[in-house]
Amino acid sequence: MNEDLVIEARGLTKVFDNSFKAVDEVSFEVKRREIFGFLGPNGAGKTTTIKMLSTLLKPTAGTASIDFHSITSDADGVRRSIGIVFQDPALDDELTGRENLDFHARMYGMSGGQRKERIAEVLRLTDLEDRADVQVKKYSSGMKRRLEIARGLMHYPKVLFLDEPTLGLDAQTRRTIWDYILKLNREEDVTIFLTTHYMEEADLLCGRVAIIDHGRIIVLDTPENLKSSIGSDMITLECSDPERLSKRLRSEEWVENLKVHSPTMIIGLRHSEEKIPEIVDIAREVGVKVRSITTRKPTLEDVFLYFTGRQIRESEATPVERIRTMRMRTARRR
Amino acid sequence: MRLISGQAIYVMWLRDVKRFTRARSRLIGNIVQPFFFLAILGFGLSSAAFPGIPSGFQFVDFLTPGIVAMAVLFSSIFAGVSVLWDKQFGFLQEVLVAPVSRLSIVLGRTLGGATTALIQGFIILGIASALSVRLKPFGLLLGIVFMVLIAFTAVGFGLIVASQMEDFHGFQLIMNLLVFPLFFTSSAVYPLEGLPAWLRTIAYLNPLTYGVDGLRESLIGFSSIPIEIDLAVLIGVCAVMLTVGSYLFGRSEA
Repeated sequence: MNEDLVIEARGLTKVFDNSFKAVDEVSFEVKRREIFGFLGPNGAGKTTTIKMLSTLLKPTAGTASIDFHSITSDADGVRRSIGIVFQDPALDDELTGRENLDFHARMYGMSGGQRKERIAEVLRLTDLEDRADVQVKKYSSGMKRRLEIARGLMHYPKVLFLDEPTLGLDAQTRRTIWDYILKLNREEDVTIFLTTHYMEEADLLCGRVAIIDHGRIIVLDTPENLKSSIGSDMITLECSDPERLSKRLRSEEWVENLKVHSPTMIIGLRHSEEKIPEIVDIAREVGVKVRSITTRKPTLEDVFLYFTGRQIRESEATPVERIRTMRMRTARRR
Repeated sequence: MRLISGQAIYVMWLRDVKRFTRARSRLIGNIVQPFFFLAILGFGLSSAAFPGIPSGFQFVDFLTPGIVAMAVLFSSIFAGVSVLWDKQFGFLQEVLVAPVSRLSIVLGRTLGGATTALIQGFIILGIASALSVRLKPFGLLLGIVFMVLIAFTAVGFGLIVASQMEDFHGFQLIMNLLVFPLFFTSSAVYPLEGLPAWLRTIAYLNPLTYGVDGLRESLIGFSSIPIEIDLAVLIGVCAVMLTVGSYLFGRSEA
């Protein structure tokens, strides 16, 4: 038993009734007090993983433990160890903020004195003291998020799950929520597991990031290592025959990484500006026509692109996200 | 996990009562409809002679227990079905992820639904006495027993309905196809004695008949079925509904 690990997942798999494999043999470990992120497009299996870890869904295969409680054999222990902020709001709009917190505290069996003290504490942490006795239906979406984070922390969980914590929020509110997440990670003794499809969010908040696609973890490392694994610079190149060009380029010693997702290719390297003319020359030499060429410092988005050939926010994600946002506005969910 | 958690039951109950007192429009709607039934039907049909209503009773006296039963029934079914509401607004996830047994959740919800239903039943009784309906002085005690049984049965029924539906779209259909027929074939608005045989058979198969009949015996001292039978049938149906309702709710996923 490793005391430093608070989540250990081994071969976690979920196959739904319609034989759709949402999560496919996912294994990972989360260290105590770190902020760990699942980054991937919608439908990658992020929420399903959280639902399994929080005992709301039973895994088809594999298992996981949270603070040494198995999710398959000790659901009650797991539930006491975790707080969770769901992707869609899960508050009672008719109740006030304080009443929502009190409801939660009683469900978790906290005594009267404990409740009062802790409610004041989490309200202070999320700056909601002034609005505590107002009905939640009068809250802004950012305030609702903060209240949900406050509620997730009520019963001193070991792990706080945040499922897309800033989905549907405007840029400014998003920044505020990030600040609160960083603050509570500092001030509370809590590990944070978050899912997101915003690469800036993963980059800014997470100590380590698992990039997930089609239910599988593609890579897992710190954001810095992930980005530098491509190279200090990165060139994206679109051409008539990437296979032929890549064969030739691989023999160059300055090419650190190269991946082809036809018709584009991604090259990781140093001092890319100086190498662009050389690449164009080589292409002409082997008779390949270059259509476009761009260079930049790699971001997490590029890491995803490098491994999958797709962008996280590619078309498939956008309409779904838009519908979700609309749904959230009308406070409805599936 | 303890099967019964007092605090969880209490807070589920408390939430229902708080929501009830805050939703003024729902409260008014739930009161106005039975009031119209009682006042308009009660006095509109006051000169009609129904076989089976003994002399000395006004039609409105006969009708009052039926309308009380209606208020309790509708309100309790709604309380059971409102699980769907929580599902739609996401709150169900918060409840299901808590370290609390599903049984405690169902018990809290049932008690909450029954409490709000009884409050409405009492309001109807208050209106009835204001309309000078003759009520038995101590009948209310036994009446409460029947109101509670009707409420528990209906909450259980509501939970069963909710477990079969994805969202609220089918709710109106359920009300029209199940609940109104249940109410109208239950002897709530007319005595069993004068009914054609087929309708009487349906009435005897309808559990609400026994609730209404027992309530009538308790409140105004008149009934068509022995009260022991009313009580026995209702307790049996109530147990089945609550058991099946809790079981189906226990299987639900957020």
